[in-house]
Amino acid sequence: MAELFRHQALRDNFMKFMLNYFSIKKIIFLLILEFFVLEGICLGQQLPSQKEFNEMMNKSFRAEGIAGMDRIDQDPTQKLCSDQKFLLSKAGANKAKELEQQNMKSIQQPSDGIYIGDWKSGEAIAQSGRGATWTDSPQTVIGGGCYNCHEINKKELSYGNIGPSLWNYGKNRGYSKEVITYTWNRINNSKAYNICSNMPRFGHFKLLNEKQIQDVMALLLDPNSPVNQ
Amino acid sequence: MRIMFNGIQKISFLLGFSLISVSAFSQSTADEIAKYREMIADGNPSELYEMTGEELWKKPSGPKNASLETCDLGLGPGVVDGAAARLPKYFKDTSRVQDLESRLMTCMQTIQGISSQSVIDAKFGEGPKKDMDALVAYIVTRSKGQKVNVSINHPKEKAMYEMGKKAFNFQGGPYDFSCASCHSVPGRRIRLQDLPNLTTQEGAIAGWGFWPAYRVSSGQFWTMQQRINDCLRQQRFPYPIYGSDFTIAVSMFMARNANGGVIQTPGLKR
Repeated sequence: MAELFRHQALRDNFMKFMLNYFSIKKIIFLLILEFFVLEGICLGQQLPSQKEFNEMMNKSFRAEGIAGMDRIDQDPTQKLCSDQKFLLSKAGANKAKELEQQNMKSIQQPSDGIYIGDWKSGEAIAQSGRGATWTDSPQTVIGGGCYNCHEINKKELSYGNIGPSLWNYGKNRGYSKEVITYTWNRINNSKAYNICSNMPRFGHFKLLNEKQIQDVMALLLDPNSPVNQ
Repeated sequence: MRIMFNGIQKISFLLGFSLISVSAFSQSTADEIAKYREMIADGNPSELYEMTGEELWKKPSGPKNASLETCDLGLGPGVVDGAAARLPKYFKDTSRVQDLESRLMTCMQTIQGISSQSVIDAKFGEGPKKDMDALVAYIVTRSKGQKVNVSINHPKEKAMYEMGKKAFNFQGGPYDFSCASCHSVPGRRIRLQDLPNLTTQEGAIAGWGFWPAYRVSSGQFWTMQQRINDCLRQQRFPYPIYGSDFTIAVSMFMARNANGGVIQTPGLKR
């Protein structure tokens, strides 16, 4: 009985407080506000929800050859970088930092401790843009596709410009341990340094194996590579 | 001081020179392609497709032995002139937003009795898709020189545009690519291939305004559906289903962004 009384008293106090707090003006203001919020939701219904978008994606694609439907199942990095608006927010910036660290942690240093392989083989890997499409077989050797986006050896005139020029890469930066480790990491997982870097994560998605990455490293960082002449 | 000035002068001279040589180089490549286009502009091989397409449009065929001349491409039954300039658009009878290819599939199905699935399942350049190529070539030619005029007034059109924007920015696959990875900044190239910035009117019309096109490198006529299909192949995505909402949404995004630009289709591409 005492408990019930206490509840009632609490409720009365609460109602009194609410009535004081919400003067008529405030109630009208809130009603107007609510109208706009509801209106916004109604207008917002024209905009597709994430659920509708996902449904569209799943209905619009099918697996073909080696290109399975898992390829449109985004990982957190891809999800973040598909949403420019969120990325530019404070929460987005924090998320970016967190994911950069995760990408950094996943990088493996060479198992044999060797960073620099054969630049000639590296040049061939840099030239090839093949592999990983639905017209390729699982045996197709995936290329680095480096010239698609970078100038590397100046002798190759057909190069893209999405990434920076890598001509004289080692000559300009030096061949220090720092430069070597940074370059190894960048090729393995560029997102460790810049979450929405346009460069594929060659190590992370096993696009290139360790030996191939060592060879591409040599193209950039062997003092005898034509890139450093 | 003088030495320092000379140094700066030298650096700026070298910098200027390298910039000039790079732009001169890409300029000359673009010039060569432009020259080549001019050379064969009078005889774009797409004309053969257009002629076949006009015949196919008028000839009764399919299980119902009917022609497509009653097909409504958005401006009323049988109106071909200017129809492609207004696509994709919302169609009441199907209650969907459709691009040219998906709309033609609807007409082939309802008027001629040709199953849409048979078109979807066919390989590019073969069977019913070969007919589709010709029909598309004929129809887009009848919008040549007109301005892109795509509406987003209907809620479903607006929603499709917003889906397209989201789809354009959607990253996936083992390369982390989206359409935006290559097509959202001006002046970009893969190797020597210029990449239009499809988020601006100028860039969008450079893409949307020139496809469908005859591809000199492959000796084939490609519809926009095929163009998008091959982009996604190189994006390392799974296979986009012919006429699916993703392909229409991305088309809507490009077309609407290109609004007001002059249509040059069928284009002539590398």
